[in-house]
Amino acid sequence: MQTVTYQQPDVQGYYGQFGGAYIPEMLHRNVAELKERYLSIMEEASFQKEFQMLLKDYVGRPTPLFLAERLSKEFNSSIYLKREDLCHTGAHKINNTIGQILLARKLGKTRIIAETGAGQHGVATATVCALKGMECIVYMGEKDIERQAPNVARMKMLGAKVIPAISGSKTLKDATNEAIRDWINNPVDTHYIIGSVVGPHPYPDMVARFQSVISEETRWQLKEKTGSELPTHVVACVGGGSNAAGAFYHYLDELSVQLVAVEAAGHGVYSGMSAATSQLGKPGVLHGSKSLVMQTEDGQVIEPHSISAGLDYPGIGPLHANLFASGRGTFLSATDEEALQSAFHISKTEGIIPALETAHAFAILGKLNLKTTDRVVICLSGRGDKDLATYMNAMDI
Amino acid sequence: MSRIQALFNRKKNRVLNVYCTAGYPELNSTIPVMKALQENGADLIELGMPYSDPLADGPVIQASGTRALENGMTIAVLLEQLRNAGDAIQVPVILMGYMNPVLQYGFERFCADARAAGVDGLILPDLPEFEYESEYGAVIKKYGLDFIFLVTPETSEERIRKLDALSSGFLYAVSSSATTGKDKDFDTVSVYLKRLQSMQLKNPVLVGFGIKDKATFDTACANANGAIIGTAFIKAIEDSQSLPETISRFLKSVLEG
Repeated sequence: MQTVTYQQPDVQGYYGQFGGAYIPEMLHRNVAELKERYLSIMEEASFQKEFQMLLKDYVGRPTPLFLAERLSKEFNSSIYLKREDLCHTGAHKINNTIGQILLARKLGKTRIIAETGAGQHGVATATVCALKGMECIVYMGEKDIERQAPNVARMKMLGAKVIPAISGSKTLKDATNEAIRDWINNPVDTHYIIGSVVGPHPYPDMVARFQSVISEETRWQLKEKTGSELPTHVVACVGGGSNAAGAFYHYLDELSVQLVAVEAAGHGVYSGMSAATSQLGKPGVLHGSKSLVMQTEDGQVIEPHSISAGLDYPGIGPLHANLFASGRGTFLSATDEEALQSAFHISKTEGIIPALETAHAFAILGKLNLKTTDRVVICLSGRGDKDLATYMNAMDI
Repeated sequence: MSRIQALFNRKKNRVLNVYCTAGYPELNSTIPVMKALQENGADLIELGMPYSDPLADGPVIQASGTRALENGMTIAVLLEQLRNAGDAIQVPVILMGYMNPVLQYGFERFCADARAAGVDGLILPDLPEFEYESEYGAVIKKYGLDFIFLVTPETSEERIRKLDALSSGFLYAVSSSATTGKDKDFDTVSVYLKRLQSMQLKNPVLVGFGIKDKATFDTACANANGAIIGTAFIKAIEDSQSLPETISRFLKSVLEG
């Protein structure tokens, strides 16, 4: 009997009909080398030893699983927060960059490139490059550089070179194009640290594995607190989908656990100003894999909109596209306004200021029809310091 | 035998393939540009189908694509332009583009309509050989289109042989692992081209990326069947007041110096 798994792609990198490696020949050698070696490197004892040490002593793992009592009371259930906001640099992104920097060194690479939207992945990459003394170049859309000045300053302070992407719409998708081009032009010494579960195979699987520490910890932490490793729901926000992939990972094949992915609806899913890819996207190829892509009838990629730069992406990781298409995942969305309201509400209810991305995940709790016996885990993917300007604006300060 | 294969049977050296983005510089420039290319010594024409996210192209070609999209160019418009041109274009025509717009048009419908519009071959740099073999190659063959794979100096000999076997028409030798429009060190390129030559491949080889004038064209032709010019051509016609004159002058400078 063939077992269906939602966790791992097939040998060509496909999750159901989504995934693969749609790359020009110029990238073939690098991607093929990565595909051939990532699993064996990740299994090496020396890799695991350093990876686990850094996750513990540098990132600050395990991150707590916190029973949010006031929120639980409000929704008449048990709501647990997986505190990725307490990771070094303030978000889950560093789980992946720690893994990839160690992998890059095993591959003998000396130069690191990355793309970033809001700057969180850029900061997490600049951080690990500083830690390991490696050259770091971060591509960032010219528009995002203007919008996210504090993170640009952080990256520079950490020693990274931030290069503006001035092509196309000058945002995350264009920064990704520029990073891929850099890799094409520097095929020998450079490793590309992709920040989400997107890109050509093996990136979606590799990034999901590095982020899977989130649900690995959740299982034993939940067992300690409730006697069971299994919640009834896991809720996470999804742009490309890396924190959701990590929070879902060890529950993907536990079919009793409802996996809830929350996308950014912007001004409303059908407003023309949205980033709800599962609702608006069609199958297509973007950044090296086949997935759901927001695009025009002519197949030109559409620039999405979300108040949260981290969810402002016209694609979605192929793992998630498969969860959507197969019905294994529940896909909901929250508007800019709902996310803002939710950020203020969580701040006042639990004393935690969440990132705007994360606030989307909280915003849908009312739509889940929770029962008293439900145990909900929400991935609190990042802290809200970076979004203070937006929050201040909303408070009219 | 395809028109591309017939061309290489007839001409084995100094084959010139010129790349131009369809709908550039104006929406209706496509056919006039092709006619001027054909009249001034281009042996093959590679038409770029503009895309919002062209990974393998450099800034000049991407900018031409952005302008073509603003002009209203789409696959449907391009195929209509080609159909309407009828017999005016006699040199073989290759469409170059990315998978996403082609998938939205419908892959089989695209192949059928391209063939009906007189297209001879396809270059889709982000269609990998696994997907070509498992799904798309049969459709391309069904409509009698040649399919051209790229090889680079980083491509292993075993893989070059495989891509050569899958290709028909010619093999596209990227002169270094780089996006279009970058300058190249042509001594290194010659070593790579000699290596390709010594492999006795099934297909003729055209060199692309970094060809911009007579010197680089000559170097490429010394060790291959010909070359592809893209970025330099796009730059040349960018601000052209008269496309026929500009194109005639440009091709003369490449072919005769």
